[in-house]
Order: sequence, then C-alpha cells, then structure tokens
Amino acid sequence: MKVNIYIYILVMALVTYLIRLIPLTMIKKKIKNQFICSFLYYIPYATLTAMTFPAVLYSTSSPYSAILGILTAIFLAYKGKSLILVSCSACLVVFICEIILETFGLIY
Amino acid sequence: MKRLVEYKSGIKDGFPIFLGYLAVSFAFGIQASKIGLTVFQAGLMSLTNLTSAGQFASLSIISVCGTIGELAFSQFVINLRYMLMSCALSQKFKYNIPFYHRFLIAFGITDEIFGVSVTKAGELSPFYSYGLMSISIPGWTLGTVIGVIFGDFLPGNIISALGIAIYGMFVAIIMPESKKEKSVLYVVIGSMILSCLMYYIPYLSEISSGFRVIIITIVISSIAALLFPVKGDSLNES
Repeated sequence: MKVNIYIYILVMALVTYLIRLIPLTMIKKKIKNQFICSFLYYIPYATLTAMTFPAVLYSTSSPYSAILGILTAIFLAYKGKSLILVSCSACLVVFICEIILETFGLIY
Repeated sequence: MKRLVEYKSGIKDGFPIFLGYLAVSFAFGIQASKIGLTVFQAGLMSLTNLTSAGQFASLSIISVCGTIGELAFSQFVINLRYMLMSCALSQKFKYNIPFYHRFLIAFGITDEIFGVSVTKAGELSPFYSYGLMSISIPGWTLGTVIGVIFGDFLPGNIISALGIAIYGMFVAIIMPESKKEKSVLYVVIGSMILSCLMYYIPYLSEISSGFRVIIITIVISSIAALLFPVKGDSLNES
C-alpha cells in the first residue's frame, strides 16, 4: 500500500517534536540532586564532541582540508574568538585548501 | 527593551548555524529530489522536522514505501538524543516562564541551537532562543529548497567548504569552558576518544550515529558527574 507523502512528513514531525517537548515541559523545577545537576552540566560538552569527532573529517571533500579547517577552528576558539569568526574562518581555510589540492590534482 | 536585545543577540549567534544549515540541508535537498520529492514536500519536511539525521534516514524509508511504524521508530531512535538535550535545557529557564514559551522553544531543540543556548552564561531568555530559531529555521528550509532546485548547478567546492561550518561552531562552543574547567576538558577528551573508537572498531561502528552520541553522552557525563561533581548552581553560572 502506498502511503501519502504528507502523512509520512506529519508522523515524523510529530515524533520528533514530542521527544523535544516532553522533558522541557515536564521538568520545571530546578533539580537539586548533585549527581543529576553535574550530569546535565556535562551533557553539551560530551554530545558536541561526540558529534564533531571523527565526523568532521568527512564533512568536506578531503580529510586534509577538513583537518586544516578544524585546526584553524581550534586555534581561533582557543584565542577566544566569536562563533561566527571561528566558523567562517574554518570554511575559508577549507575553501582555499581545496583549491590548492585541486590545482595539484589531489582531489577532483 | 531587553527582549529585543536578547532576540538580536540570538540572531547574531545563530549566523554560523545558518551557514552550516545551508550546506547540510542543501545536501538533503539534493537527496530528496533524487527520490522524487517536490520542492514543496522537501521544504515542508525541513520546516516541520528540523533535524538532519532523522530526515536523511526518512528518505531511505520513504523511497521504498516503508511503513509508518517503521518511520516513526527510526525517528524515535535517531532523535532520542533531543530528549537528553531537552532535560538539560529545562534547567536553563526560569521555572515560571509562561508555558507557551516551552512549547515554542521545544520545536527548536536541534544539536546546534541546543549547543549555543545551553552554554550561554546565566539564565536563558526565551527571546534569545527565538532569535536563534528565526535565523536557523529559514536557513535549514531555504537550503533544502535550493538543494532541490539547483542541486546540480552550485559549485562543489563552496558546498564542501560550508560543510565544516557546524563543526567549527561546535569547537567554538566547547573551547571556552574547556579552558576554564579541567573537568570539562577531560569530558571533551574522553568523548573524543570513545567516539573515534566506536566509529572505527568493527561491530561497534554499526551502531547508528544517533545512538552512538547517546551512549557516549550518558557514559562520559555519568563518569564525569561521579568523578567531578559540580557544586551549587553551576548550570546557570556556566
């Protein structure tokens, strides 16, 4: 049986929204338990790191440009630069690096 | 007019998200057009779902006319990490903000919007979240639409360069706190090692990326919470 595409879209939107909604609306009080507080405090750092490595290596046309790009980001972020500057510089370095790689025929 | 200031600052901080979303959703648009989705359908999916991995996974199910149950389950598994994020985010708002704020903000919990908002110092204003959302969501939708229409025309090296935008931003989010707190640095290093192990080791590498992130987050954050308990109300001071 062929399912209407809009029903697919509706169902997936609904499932995804409920996942996001339930904790945010159910947990209103400040949590006092020290373990849970600490656990929640560490979540973003563990999550973002796990999403970045090693996936970043495959986010561009070549791992070489990706490595240079992410090293640029790490360096600038260490220097305390803003989100925009860090992110755009990484893109720019990747762009330049890939033009050079292309010139030497290392990627296509 | 503190609300307007918060809103504008959200838009400004959301700009890297906008760039990153353009690139990723562009790729999504190309994929979607390949399985026969129209511009409107793909755009609608991005606008209402706002999730990268989930949407990509849905394409493979839709293309073979999979069941609704199958689709719902895949979305649940892939997007379960938002539940952890939603828990963490629940602690960033004043407990008594009007209920509709929570309903609206929940819609915008993505990896990127979450990362930017939860690590912002102090209590979070809903209007900052709205600022982030009002630049990110159009970026995600617009990129999809452009991908469907112009998929074959845009130069590849621009798409490739934009592909790293999100990760550059993640690094910029993680770094300040890692410099300040040794424990956060250990969490980052631990997650990096565990993530690479799970990515490259046979069998473990078959775990989907969504689940991998959940496992790493729970394991590493629990260990860190046991070894380096945080004192007081640091969720709001961070």
